[in-house]
Amino acid sequence: MHPDELLDLIDKENEARSRWKHTIHICTAAGCLSCRSDALKEAFDKEVAAKGLAEVCAVKGVGCMGTCNAGPMVRIEPGGIHYGPVAPEDVSEIVMSLDGDPISRLLCKESAVFSSRQHKIVLENSGIVDPERIEDYIASGGYTALSTALATMSPSDVIAHVVQSGLRGRGGAGYPTGLKWTTVAKTGSRRKYVVCNADEGDPGAFMDRSVLESDPHRVLEGMAIAAYAVSAFHGYLYVRAEYPLAIKRLAKAIRDAERHGLLGNNICGTTFKFGVQIRLGAGAFVCGEETSLISSIEGNRGAPRPRPPYPAEYGLWGHPTLINNVETFANIPPIIRNGGAWFAKTGTEKSKGTKVFAIAGRVNNTGLIEVPFGITLREIVFDIGGGIPEGRNFKAVQTGGPSGGCIPAEFLDMPVDYESLASVGSILGSGGLIVMDDTSCMVDVAKYFMEFSRSESCGKCLPCRTGTPQMYHILGRISEGGGTRYDVQLLEELCDLLKNTSLCGLGLSAPNPVVSTLRYFKDEYEAHILDKTCPAGVCAMASGRMVRQ
Amino acid sequence: MNESARIVTFKMDGREIGAREDETILQVATDNGIFIPTLCYLEGLSAMGGCRLCMVEVKETSKLVPSCVTYAREGMEVITNSERLAKYRIMLLELFFAERNHICAICVANGRCELQNLTVNLGMTHVHFPYFYPRVPVDASHERFVLDHNRCILCTRCVRVCAEIEGAHTLDVMTRGMDSRIITDLNQAWGSSVTCTRCGKCVNVCPTGALSEKGKAVADIAVKKQFLPYLTRMRRGKQ
Repeated sequence: MHPDELLDLIDKENEARSRWKHTIHICTAAGCLSCRSDALKEAFDKEVAAKGLAEVCAVKGVGCMGTCNAGPMVRIEPGGIHYGPVAPEDVSEIVMSLDGDPISRLLCKESAVFSSRQHKIVLENSGIVDPERIEDYIASGGYTALSTALATMSPSDVIAHVVQSGLRGRGGAGYPTGLKWTTVAKTGSRRKYVVCNADEGDPGAFMDRSVLESDPHRVLEGMAIAAYAVSAFHGYLYVRAEYPLAIKRLAKAIRDAERHGLLGNNICGTTFKFGVQIRLGAGAFVCGEETSLISSIEGNRGAPRPRPPYPAEYGLWGHPTLINNVETFANIPPIIRNGGAWFAKTGTEKSKGTKVFAIAGRVNNTGLIEVPFGITLREIVFDIGGGIPEGRNFKAVQTGGPSGGCIPAEFLDMPVDYESLASVGSILGSGGLIVMDDTSCMVDVAKYFMEFSRSESCGKCLPCRTGTPQMYHILGRISEGGGTRYDVQLLEELCDLLKNTSLCGLGLSAPNPVVSTLRYFKDEYEAHILDKTCPAGVCAMASGRMVRQ
Repeated sequence: MNESARIVTFKMDGREIGAREDETILQVATDNGIFIPTLCYLEGLSAMGGCRLCMVEVKETSKLVPSCVTYAREGMEVITNSERLAKYRIMLLELFFAERNHICAICVANGRCELQNLTVNLGMTHVHFPYFYPRVPVDASHERFVLDHNRCILCTRCVRVCAEIEGAHTLDVMTRGMDSRIITDLNQAWGSSVTCTRCGKCVNVCPTGALSEKGKAVADIAVKKQFLPYLTRMRRGKQ
């Protein structure tokens, strides 16, 4: 598709949109679909047709609107009225009220405060465009970054913008994206690959899934721009098989993009070619680690190998490979569209831009948020998240999933960025954020994450393979009332061993939940060990089911 | 080996050492008579870096690096033995013993076991982690060999020798974490394997008593692991 044809398509789409007096957006991402938003959409379709409004009122399935706990969500434009939760019985009333006042009992209470503190770059189209229609994405400014890059920029110009933007990898480690791209671009090989890591496995995290379900073309566009910048002609999207909706929408997006000449040969009428294939992961957390992911794509057992050599130099089938996370690629089109300097204006000195978080746990508003770096944890939990339900007290926030740590209340006013979180013993991770109140037992939390790491360890290196089960059993003994002071010493020794001798990121960061809870909540461990009580009333002792002594 | 590899000089345990840049720290140490313990590494097979015993300290970084996969670099300073390394190595050995049922007194490899020898050499006296005592089977279905999972340390030397040297790839690893098991073909009894060539290379490279030959007295079982470097050299057409 030539740039002129792209503009024609935008005009055509806008003309069609101008005919609509009202647009009813219904969330069709996995969260709302699980509350039967598909039936809701059908009901709206029928109601609009029955009322004879089909000519002036559009019913549109869109991506995630963020306020997942209020789903299924409906937004009415113009006016930006958010309703939620909406049941099929409310449909007729909503359609009747389109020209009148909003229905106050259905208004989504969370949406106002939820959106006012956010800054959307990655999620700018989420909840607005129909993820299953490429025309909708194009009309919202999609693929212009790719066509501009191909028409007016050299690969090194593209990389210069990414370097200038200060974007860091959103998969968790925070490696500078521009530096990674430069390294791959400078390797001499004629065969290179671009890989999108969509193997999101952290408990409580669904950012990548939402981006893929809500705006799949954005990720494809980011990958194509990356491929142009590093001179790769083939890409893989490694998605976990547990994300069937994301896979379905991605597959359709790839087909549509190929049909419109935005993927495949002669992209945007130039000589540049780039093809993308989807690879399904069988659900192994370790496959999020890039060398395991490569091994899995190659058809081998998903186990990591020691680095260096890094994939940028020696990746898929021994060729230089650029691996970035879904959210990293999703940041690329706006960076190219608006320039690296524009992106660098948001965020802190060392962490630029925004971060998408999946906020869950003991908090009033759960869902998907995008906030600029530098925002404090208090703003996230109490302003956007709406505070702790039932008037209970905040205890800790767990960031970074099983590789992260628990941050206690004393650090609530700390700015959220890569360095600050690391300084208190946690990590940003891919963006899972679990809020805990005083009903959470920290020994139990550590045990939960250790059980996860234990079952997800690939078994290749000894410290991770047997160290994580050792820690899990010790934590189990403590929570059952059979722990001793010596157990805490053993835990500390094992944490130290794993952090220093494991082969890959899984083992190296697996002790983090234990280290951080031992650091900030040692009194709880002592209560379990010395007083044989669980202060939060969670463990076996609390209910009189003390098992071991 | 790359003919055009540069020569680098670096320090190992305070000694100035010259090496080719395509040699690993472990190879250089071995050539210079410096002992670095390892269980998964075997000359002639690809390195996997799984046992973590060969980790060494490198001066410029606080991280430990596995010497079997880390290449010599100009000017680097390597410490192969320190208090910190000794502590970790002993803990790792203890974890091996706690993981499966390593009962030396009734093991076919007693007296010639690499795991046992290392515990003696490194001064491990007891295991201070709880034992798991897993229930793991013994596969004695093969006419010549026995696979005893109780003694297996998952070093995958057998898997690699079968795939890389023999070319049969009969052995592999199944499931993950602590449940990882060496399997033959698609997890069927070794005796019914159609791909096994009965070459016995796997038995010869096993560092413990996990793989053994049937019908031989314990004292007669000798491991011939020197043939691997010879085989690999011959296949590359170099003497």
